[in-house]
Amino acid sequence: MIAIVDYQAGNLASVRKAFDHLGQESVITADPELIAQTDKIVLPGVGNFEATAALTGPLQEAVASAIDREIPVLGICLGMQWMFESSQEAPQLRGLGLFPGACEKFPAEVKSPHVGWNRLHLRATSRLLRGLPERSFVYFTHSYRAPLVEATVAGCAYGGTFSAAVERGQLFGVQFHPEKSGTAGLELLRNFCQL
Amino acid sequence: MLTKRIIACLDVDAGRVVKGVQFSSLRDAGDPAELALTHGRAGADEVVLLDISATFEHRSTLLDVVRRTARQLFIPFTVGGGIRSLDDAAAVFDAGADKVTVNSAALADPSLVTRIAHRYGSQAVVVAIDALRVSNGNGTSFGVKATGGRHSTGRNAVEWATDAERHGAGEIMLTSIDRDGTRGGFDCELTSAVVNAVNIPVIASGGAGAVEHFVEVFRQGRADAALAASVFHLGITSIGDLKQDLLAAGIPMRWPC
Repeated sequence: MIAIVDYQAGNLASVRKAFDHLGQESVITADPELIAQTDKIVLPGVGNFEATAALTGPLQEAVASAIDREIPVLGICLGMQWMFESSQEAPQLRGLGLFPGACEKFPAEVKSPHVGWNRLHLRATSRLLRGLPERSFVYFTHSYRAPLVEATVAGCAYGGTFSAAVERGQLFGVQFHPEKSGTAGLELLRNFCQL
Repeated sequence: MLTKRIIACLDVDAGRVVKGVQFSSLRDAGDPAELALTHGRAGADEVVLLDISATFEHRSTLLDVVRRTARQLFIPFTVGGGIRSLDDAAAVFDAGADKVTVNSAALADPSLVTRIAHRYGSQAVVVAIDALRVSNGNGTSFGVKATGGRHSTGRNAVEWATDAERHGAGEIMLTSIDRDGTRGGFDCELTSAVVNAVNIPVIASGGAGAVEHFVEVFRQGRADAALAASVFHLGITSIGDLKQDLLAAGIPMRWPC
């Protein structure tokens, strides 16, 4: 069972729908006890980094204990950004700090938000991206971006290169929306289901 | 490089896809869920479903269509037409839409844009603007029409677009009423005027009829995305052929998909 953590950050139905399509059982939940029992976690989310403020207290503890149990955790979009230390978008809040650095705004010379299909540039072998060809197209929609780090397995170029996918051990994060990225995205989610 | 998007639009009335010429004389073109999937497989970067009648009695039909469409579609899916409140938007999101377009209701009360953006994020709110050329002593300007092109608003399209951005719109869907359904080409002047005024993506709509029209609207119009309906439904141009032709013309495209 995959727990899709509901912290009121946008619309989670599409992630659920993609798992349904793959024949994978999933549940949208904000119940720390349920999260404590699942064998995989998805941190979804679109919207403002401020929304991660809801991820404090019991919910954050449940996610942190899941990470300690070393079950696979996938952060999508804002969920991935929360895995970094912080974001310029809401400097008063702290992220989980699982990956180093802060998420930053796009430089002024490019349009923001970055909306649409852009290419992945693979940088390291990845269990999450297994089978995805170099330069695969995926769908992005975001105004802030995570820096390149040692755990970056795919970058994306838009006003400079940023982390499109990060991976370390059982921790996975993608800036794009695999549930909206056609066959490439479904392939990635299938890989996650099979971890 | 971020690619330019080709968006397939389904105009839906009472649960069926129709296509009007200049907002009238409708023709039946099929089941929306089926067509959405076909367009997705053919290479559409997004699908937009517009409920063109948007009457109260057809609302549950629409939500059912959205649900059936969303179940199998794994590319961005936008729904618009008749969204007058946060609750209307919520119902459409719950049914599986990724974004909503708001038009007349946002003109009447721009805070609707802010309220939807606050709950679902700016990326989920597209402000649709139906623009019409207005000639006066100083040349041409672009007016805004409401309620499916029926009512003048006295607003200027460029000003309303910047206002909409300030209220939290994530994208602008800009339709030229003059060109809609004519297949005579997009209004590039209108498009570039709005593109230059805002810092959010602009989707050009109205007038697609040939590959050159898309080249023009991406080059001269500087559109981020182009939307078309009848040109794909009636099989005049396949999305794959269009994308390959645009690639050959040097426009960045997601192809092969």
